[in-house]
Amino acid sequence: MGESKLDLLQGTLDLMVLQTLAAMGELHGYGIARRIEQVSGDAVLLNQGTIYASLVRLQQRGWIDGEWGTSDNNRKAKFYSITRRGRKQLAEDAAYWERLSAVMRRVLSTGNRE
Amino acid sequence: MSGDSLRQRMNRVRSFFRRAPLDADLDAEMASHLEFAIEENLQRGMTLEEARRKAMVRFGGVQQAREVQRAARGLPFVDVLGQDLRYTVRTLGRDLGFTVVAVLILALGIGANVAVFSVVNTILLRPLPFPESQQLVWIAPPPQKCGLSCATYSADAYEEFKAQTRSYEDVTGYEAFTSPDNYRLTGRGQPEPATGMEVIGNFFEVLGVQPAMGRLFTAQESRAGAHPVALLAYPYWRRQFAGDPAIVGKEIDLNGTPVTVVGVLPASFDFGAVFSPGSKVDLIVPLILDHERMEGNIVTMMGRLKPGVTLGQAQAEANLVVPNLCWNIKYPQSCGSYVNKTGASIEVRTLKDYVSGRLRRSLIVLWSAVGMILLIACVNLSNLLLARAAARGKEFAMRSALGASRGRLVRQLLTESLILSGAGAVLGFGLAWGLVIWLAHQGSLALPLLSTLHIDGEVLGWTVLIAVVAALLFGLFPGLRMASGNLQEALKDSGHGTSAGRRHERVRGALVIAEVALACLLLVGAGLLLRSFLKVLEIDLGFQPDHAASIKVEYDDSAPADVARALKRGEIFQQVIARVSALPGVEAAGIVDYLPLGPNRAWGTPVPQGKTFPEGAVPGPLVYVCTPGYVRAMGMRLHGRDFAWSDGPKSQEVVMINAAAARTYWPGEDAVGKVLMNGKDELHVIGVVDDVHASSVEAEKGWQIYYSVMQNGPNDAQLVIRSRVAPGSLAGSVMHALRELNPSQPAAEFKPVRTIVDRANSPRQFFMLLVGIFAGLGLLLASLGIYGVIAYSVTQRTQEIGIRMALGATRGRVQRGVLARTLWLVLAGIVVGTLGSFVAARAIASLLFGTQPTDPLTYVGMVLLLMLVALVAGYLPARRASRINPMIALRTN
Repeated sequence: MGESKLDLLQGTLDLMVLQTLAAMGELHGYGIARRIEQVSGDAVLLNQGTIYASLVRLQQRGWIDGEWGTSDNNRKAKFYSITRRGRKQLAEDAAYWERLSAVMRRVLSTGNRE
Repeated sequence: MSGDSLRQRMNRVRSFFRRAPLDADLDAEMASHLEFAIEENLQRGMTLEEARRKAMVRFGGVQQAREVQRAARGLPFVDVLGQDLRYTVRTLGRDLGFTVVAVLILALGIGANVAVFSVVNTILLRPLPFPESQQLVWIAPPPQKCGLSCATYSADAYEEFKAQTRSYEDVTGYEAFTSPDNYRLTGRGQPEPATGMEVIGNFFEVLGVQPAMGRLFTAQESRAGAHPVALLAYPYWRRQFAGDPAIVGKEIDLNGTPVTVVGVLPASFDFGAVFSPGSKVDLIVPLILDHERMEGNIVTMMGRLKPGVTLGQAQAEANLVVPNLCWNIKYPQSCGSYVNKTGASIEVRTLKDYVSGRLRRSLIVLWSAVGMILLIACVNLSNLLLARAAARGKEFAMRSALGASRGRLVRQLLTESLILSGAGAVLGFGLAWGLVIWLAHQGSLALPLLSTLHIDGEVLGWTVLIAVVAALLFGLFPGLRMASGNLQEALKDSGHGTSAGRRHERVRGALVIAEVALACLLLVGAGLLLRSFLKVLEIDLGFQPDHAASIKVEYDDSAPADVARALKRGEIFQQVIARVSALPGVEAAGIVDYLPLGPNRAWGTPVPQGKTFPEGAVPGPLVYVCTPGYVRAMGMRLHGRDFAWSDGPKSQEVVMINAAAARTYWPGEDAVGKVLMNGKDELHVIGVVDDVHASSVEAEKGWQIYYSVMQNGPNDAQLVIRSRVAPGSLAGSVMHALRELNPSQPAAEFKPVRTIVDRANSPRQFFMLLVGIFAGLGLLLASLGIYGVIAYSVTQRTQEIGIRMALGATRGRVQRGVLARTLWLVLAGIVVGTLGSFVAARAIASLLFGTQPTDPLTYVGMVLLLMLVALVAGYLPARRASRINPMIALRTN
């Protein structure tokens, strides 16, 4: 397991979590993981357990909040919601990703592939 | 998103300390996560078993998730460190023998380094204890043969220099001819001797020293006719006046004169430590220049440069000013007398350079020696760790197989090294502390600034630095080796006779060779310094320091006319000498004003009658004023006759000169009976005495002339006694005799002449002793290293030796085999070390005295000593090897 690869994954996962919470409102950890799997068409092979590292990191940065509550089927679960700072960060990161992917696409399509 | 924000960092620290609740929270969260997952799987129609299994698979390991989250939220580095520390303490505790030896070796190495560093830091690295001390400069003629008189300036020259130069904020100086115990403190029971220094009024302003109490001298107090005042040195105030808080303004009686104490100097100011190492100064009084105009060269000069003025500029200006300086402005012919026709006339150098410059090389040698000790200690530790590494190979292979990364293993090993060196550093620091306190109280050691020696933050920082460097030095290499080992090989390798084992042994052999080579260097260095020291002790000083002692005698020769004074003085001295000579055990007694190896002075340049010498060829000889009997009491050989009490103020003026002067004045002739002309005065030479080492034991001998106390005024009176018994046993009876003649005789120190010589030799002895101790330490560590490697290889080869003995090898043969290997290692080390020593010895050549850097005796001695030690270190394992029982050796693995 190389360190740099893990870093990239972390950053990507954090962004996915933020986007999911922004789109869906309050969600618990399992819900977030399932949602990411569904949206990505199961293209992301996610160890669901790693989502909790991402959640605690985002909480420490103040981008999401977590609160224990009760689910629809009466189960205790911790529900996460995005904060105002989190939304701002999401906008920044999303713009960054978009620019990067556009640039990557351009570079890769003009390159001389042999 | 990389790079933690401040908020996140604070959260991480908070999380680190709230581990348990956060873990519980996460566990609850994961449990609910799994329940959600199982429920969903059940709804898809899976069996409970299947649903649970699937949920777990997708979750991907509860423990792993917990660890990842902990790393993300807390301080993973600290967590790992904690684990490593706990693990290290456990393993080291299990191997207590190894731990104790390792810590002791490191404590010795680090302790010696810290102690030497604090000495080097105090004397060499740290600026002098004055504000802006880099601006302070020492102004003096370059060293000449005529002693202090040629290293000082007259009152007029000082004032001219001060007036004509622009480079200095101010110029000051002190009276250089003060001898110890020159004052007598009376009015408080027994008269007590005290040493007082006369300084030019602005002395403390130039240095930037503020009094702890009271004030400094006023300009008025340095003028003729002012009421006498004094500043007390801090320790003297504490000792003699019990730290009296109301001392300022009180009168004390010095030499029968009431003197007002105007202040107490701060504890941080020690005149002796800076300007005259190895002596103490009790009080400071203003020098009244008007009284000194006819006294010749008496003051040293130092100045504080204006900001921005360089040493070069000050030197250039001084060169221009020197020709204008007059010995006394009333005598125009004395102007320009400070110009040296044969070389530089004046030298401006930093005060720091004046104080510690000449110790620079010795201290650097000391520092290198102690650095080598640390290197040897590190090599030793490396060796011990390698031996452990071989034994722990399997443990590490196992950890590696269980998923520990190579980096983690190296880190673990470095943690071990750091703990070892940390423990060594703590112990070594304690050792150094004791050593430093002891050194700071060695008043008789003539090293500058030694009394200011103390442990401070810099020393602590140095300790930490060398502890870390040592840990890296001895830990990194075995660590990398161990971590790079092939995992499967290590697990399979039974450790005996395999290629990996051999490689280990080669490396360990190389380390021993390095160790022996370093010990070699130290031994050669110490040997050369020891030989030099012995050579210095053999020097014919021109007098016999053993069985002689001196004491300062107080006398009062006040009389209206010079002749009357001389007669009175002669009478007192004759009485003292007659009285002391009559004491049982006393062989001879005499009085002189300056003892050898202390302060000295010169006046006049007498020339042989009827001869002319080119200017500068005959410098002024050092002048001693003495009584009949002095030459005999000092144990100087005399050709001709000694002074007699009849050589009085009205008779023919007679002198004795030393052999070197006689050779210069009348080469190839007998000087006795010849006449020297000092201006218009005729000096009849009645005797020629041995050349006395006047200013230093090791310097070249100069010219000396002796005058009679009744024909010239002595500056002081030191009674010298030669005795048949140990001089110390006479102290009481001599003092009793002196008190009977003069009740106000103070309780001056009764000093064996040997101690004067010892003090002069003390810096050389100090360095020789330290380098010698370090060499001994190096030898001990090297022999430990040799023993370790050989003993280890015997243990490793138990089976092989057992087989060989079973096949008929005799005990003697086995023993010889082990010893031969030891000797090969040591010989290789000696060859490398000798080559290194030739280079190193050349570098310390200037510290040697009468000893060549290639001194064969030293090298042969070093080789023999090392071989002997190696044989002893190798013999013990060799004996063990020969006692191996083949049956047991073959059965055990």
